[in-house]
Parts: sequence; structure tokens; C-alpha cells
Amino acid sequence: MAVTDHGTGQGAEGRRAPAHGTWIESIPPAVWALGAVLLLMPALANDFVLYQIFGWTFILGMIGLSLMFLAGYGGMVSLVQMSVAGMAGYMVAIFGSSAIETISLGWPWYLSVPVAILIAVAFGTVAGALAVRTEGIYTIMITLAIASAFFYFTRQNYVIFNGFSGFNGVLPPQLFGVDWRQAVPFYYLTLFWAVLSYLAVLYVRRAPFGLALQGVRDNPRRMRALGFNVTAHRIAAYSLAAVIAAIAGILLTWQSAQISPGTAGVGPVIDILIIAVVGGLRHPIGPFIGALIYVVLSTFAIDILTGLGLAGERFRLLIGLGFLVIVFFSPDGVLGLWEKWRASGRRDPLTGEDRGEDRGGNREGGA
Amino acid sequence: MRRFVERNPFWSIVILVAVAVLVWSIFAVWPDWLVDAIGRKKIFLNALFNGITLGALYFLVASGFTLIFGLMRNVNLAHGSLYLFGGYIGYEIADWSGSWLLAFPVTFLVVAVLGVALQLAVFRRMQGQDLRQTLVTIGISIVLADLMLWIWGGDFFQILTPEWLSGPVETFLVTGVKRSSGDPIFLKYPMVRLVILAAAIVIGVGMWLLLNRTRIGMLVRAGVDDREMLTATGVNIQLVFVAVFAFGAGLAGMAGVVGGTFQSIAPGEDTRFLLASLVVVIVGGMGSIPGAALGALLIGLAEQFGSVYMPTYAVVLTFLIMVLVLAFRPQGILGRA
Repeated sequence: MAVTDHGTGQGAEGRRAPAHGTWIESIPPAVWALGAVLLLMPALANDFVLYQIFGWTFILGMIGLSLMFLAGYGGMVSLVQMSVAGMAGYMVAIFGSSAIETISLGWPWYLSVPVAILIAVAFGTVAGALAVRTEGIYTIMITLAIASAFFYFTRQNYVIFNGFSGFNGVLPPQLFGVDWRQAVPFYYLTLFWAVLSYLAVLYVRRAPFGLALQGVRDNPRRMRALGFNVTAHRIAAYSLAAVIAAIAGILLTWQSAQISPGTAGVGPVIDILIIAVVGGLRHPIGPFIGALIYVVLSTFAIDILTGLGLAGERFRLLIGLGFLVIVFFSPDGVLGLWEKWRASGRRDPLTGEDRGEDRGGNREGGA
Repeated sequence: MRRFVERNPFWSIVILVAVAVLVWSIFAVWPDWLVDAIGRKKIFLNALFNGITLGALYFLVASGFTLIFGLMRNVNLAHGSLYLFGGYIGYEIADWSGSWLLAFPVTFLVVAVLGVALQLAVFRRMQGQDLRQTLVTIGISIVLADLMLWIWGGDFFQILTPEWLSGPVETFLVTGVKRSSGDPIFLKYPMVRLVILAAAIVIGVGMWLLLNRTRIGMLVRAGVDDREMLTATGVNIQLVFVAVFAFGAGLAGMAGVVGGTFQSIAPGEDTRFLLASLVVVIVGGMGSIPGAALGALLIGLAEQFGSVYMPTYAVVLTFLIMVLVLAFRPQGILGRA
């Protein structure tokens, strides 16, 4: 089942850099401008904005990115990514140090972090191996069920996961003499990993594996006939997505210095889907846009609502309605709205035909 | 049945032995070694009955879910919200009129009307785009959950059972023998749960008859098999869709009244019952009513026996069953490949 509208997506992706000039020249000026703004942000914004707004945006964006990678290129909408992130957070608390000294093993970071990522990736891979036995809508249901099983298990298990209260006091290491929980270092830390995972997804998209994955998404039978191992490609996609989600999960745990079952509860799991869908599942930048909207809304919703004369607790209503409106009118999220707007600008006002470069027809997702 | 026995002689024997053990453990007076091993018979019987009644409740919720899915390929993730909404409406009706029985038809109607509104305003506009429908239902469930929290607050509500249903009733099942006189002790069980169980069975059988013996049921079954072909024969499929959606939603609402009677209703129950229906239909097989019944029974029993014999991981047990079913039979126990 095709999840996104590939007809138009491929047109933009398919454009190669011009043959002359180095690859640096092929980067559009908008990206340079965005990069400069992001790098110079600490000079412009205060600590709260850096730490709470942008730090959180990058982390949620990364988890959303792992969902986007699976959904956009693999055609598998997996709700288990937040649980993978939660697993990584738990493992870093268990193998590293936390305030719960009876459980935490207190390993140094260069051991606990890789082990945490490894275990989380193993978890994501096993969940993926179960989920790829199903297709389309079923994948959503099964991954949702796995995610809630993880939530209930962590809530009930006191020996390893410390039950309802989870772990607190999970702090990042004081590497290079920097306190990474300060606003500016944490901003750069999350920015670094967000950009790295974004670039990694961009690279994999054009790499043989990514192309094969997109082939599997569009026509698994044909890919199987061509000799590709469809199941292996799908499971490998889950593993790769789990790496991104695991790194984000560790950052998330360090940001709030705690991890508890609620971190990966059903609500947050759905929120990640909302983030990815609102941003757009077509391009890796989508989840970050969605995350920014979500974070800004959830941080300032109370102010907005009280400003409008409504009770501040109705923030879920605002998020839900916003999500509903976006899904209702633009299945491709904010990115879809942007492309629609650009396409309407290129359209000839008389004939209604495209006069720009040739773009594919407007196929709808789903069969 | 005979074909199943011929094809799977091994599994037939296993199932037969399991049924025999179950029947024996229900009717016989337990010997001391068994009591020492797994506790008293009363606990076992109570877990069994609670599991079956919980399964009945799950069946009421999940049958609508699986029917809607089977016909429209629409995973209605707002189904739990319909359940919770039904619970609140039922509470209001029972509280206002003082009649428990009146709450059922009124709730059925109100929630069915909500279902019709959803089908006409939302799902009809995005026919065939199943992912988009799923996302929209997530949005709807978030909005509905917050609206209900707004109206009814975060308190627990319990619908009061009427006089003639409250209190335990003595069943014919023996739990043990009095040590002094040798008289058998009979199991006492809440009347209301037995009534609900009977009602669920009646509804289940009624649904089976409706689906297999009437013209409407024939249309629905044909729609499940091949939607396009049914439309081509001149059937107004939109009408069938609306009817099925209304019926499924109404069932979920009625289940809300049932759940509000023998459990309670509060925010968060919507997610719980949505997940329960998901697991039930995954285990039983998507779009299959008998599958929903079997899955609901299995999950209800697993939850109750789990909470008695391994209390910490009772919830995880249900998901374990789901994972096992997925690993060995991805289409569900009674699902079609």
C-alpha cells in the first residue's frame, strides 16, 4: 500500500545537481540561510527557547523522522518508534547512573550509551519483524498493541523498570568539562544529532538500500520477482529507524533527567504519529516542522486558550482539532499544503495545466 | 468439524483433553493436592466466570469494530470513544429516569446517531483511503476524549444496578464440601453479571442470525467479500455502510452502559477498550464475528486468570497471546488469509 503521494514527490527528489560545480554549490541558498539561523540561534533566543522549544523539537523531530522513514519510504506506519526511544532511555538509566541506585549499574557513558542503543535497536528490530508480517492498516494496529504492551510492562515491572515511578536523576556525562544540560550545549547537542540523522535519512534515500526499500513500498511482488528479499529490507528499515529513535530517546531522557512509563504511553505514541503526519510524510524535513508546531502549541496553548477566554486545560482539544483539520484537508501535512501552493503558482491560469517541469499525476495514497 | 478432526488429529486430541480437564475442574470437587497446588476452587471458578463475562463485554465492543472494519476497511480508532460516550450517556439516562433498562435503547440510539454523523460527515468523503481514515479517527478520538473530559470531568461514574438484579445468586456449581457436615457449598455469583452474559450471548446469536439469515445480512456479507461487485449489482452501498456504522457504534455505546454497570467509566477507559478491541480482533481474525467472540473470550479469560494467578503481568499476558497468534497465524485464529 502506498502511503504517500510519490508521483509528485519523486519529481523534486529526482532533480540531480548540475554536472558542473561541486556538491556544495548544489545546496540551495534557503538551506544555507536555515543552517546559519540554526547555528546562530543561541545568540538570538533565551535559554528557555533553546532548551525547551528547540531541544524538544529536535528530539521529537528525530523520533518522528524514524516514523517518517518507515512510513514514507517503507510504506509501514509504525507506532512503535516512541517505545524504542523509551527503551533506549530506560536502558541508559539502568546501565548508566540514576537516582535509583539499587537498579542502576552505574556504568560509564561510553559503555552504557552504546549498550542502550544496541538493546533498543534489537527491540525495534524484533517489533519490526513481528509487524512486517502484516500490511498497511494492520501494521498500525499491531505496532500500537506492541507499544501499549511495552507501556504496561514497564509500569508493572519493578525489578528492572522500577514500575510506575521509573527513573529520575538520569544525567548526561560531563564530557569535555561541559555540563550538557545547560541550555546552549544541549541545544547544539540535539541540533547535531538531529542534523546527522536528517542527513543520514537523506543519504539512505538515494542509496541502493533506500531505493530498494521504496521499490518494496510501491510493488513488493515485483521486487520479490526481481530477487530482492522483501522481508529483510523491511526489517532492516525498522532497525535503521530504531537507531534514530534510540538516540532521540537517550536525548529525551537526558533533557528531562527522568524516564517513566508515561514517557512512552499511548498518548505520546499517538503524538509522534501526529507530529510526523502534520509535518508531512513525504520529506525528512516534515517531522521537524511537525515537531516544532507541536512543541510550540503544547508550550503556549495555555496562553493562547486563556487569551481566547477558554480554559487552559483544553490543550488536547486544540491539538486534536488542528490534527483533524490538517489530515482532513491535506493528507500530506504542512509540506503537502506548501507543495499545493507552489503547484498552484506554476499552473497556467487559462488551461490549468502545469507549465513548470513535468510532475507526476496526483495519485492518492491507499489502494 | 469432521474435516478439522481428519486434518488435525493431533490438535483435536489436545483440544479434547483440554475441554475434558476444564469440564472436570468446573464440576468436580477438587482434591486436596490440587487446592494446594493452585489455590481454592472458588477462586478458580470466580476467575473463570469473571473472564467469561469480561469476554462478553469485550465481544460487545469488538463485534462492532470488526464489522465496521470488515465491511468498510476502516479501522475506527475512535471506537473506544464511542464506548466511553455510551457509558456517560447511559449514566445520565439512568440517573435522570431511574431506569436501568431504559438506558440501553436510548444509548444505542444516541451513539448510533453519532456514528451516522461520523460516517456521513467524515468517512464518506475519504472512501478507500484507509490510512487517512485511520488518522482522522485518531484525531476524532482525541477531540472526543477531551470534550468528554470537559463535560463530565475526571471522576469515576458507576451506573447503579436495579434492585432486582443486585446481589449474588446461588448457582448449581459446587466449590467445596463443608468439613463439618459434608454438605456441598455452592458458588455465589452476582446476578447482574449473569444477566449481562446472557444478553451478550443473545446479541451474538442475534447478530449471527441477522448476518446469515436476512437480506440485510446478505448484503453486508457480500460487501465484505467484494464491495465493487455489490455496488455493480445496484445496491446502494452507502446506505449499507451507514447502517453498519450506526449498528456498530450503537453496540459500542451499549457496551459502555454494560461496562459502566459492572465496572466504572472514567477518562482513559476509551483507550483501554480500544486496545482491548484491537487485540481481540487481531487474535480472533479481522472482520469475523465468530472470531471476535472467540478472541474476546480468550482475552477476557487471560486477563482474569492472569490477574488471579500472576497479578503483576496480567496485562502483558494478553499482548503475549496476541504476539503468539501473530507469529503463527498472522490473519487471526478465525481470519481468512
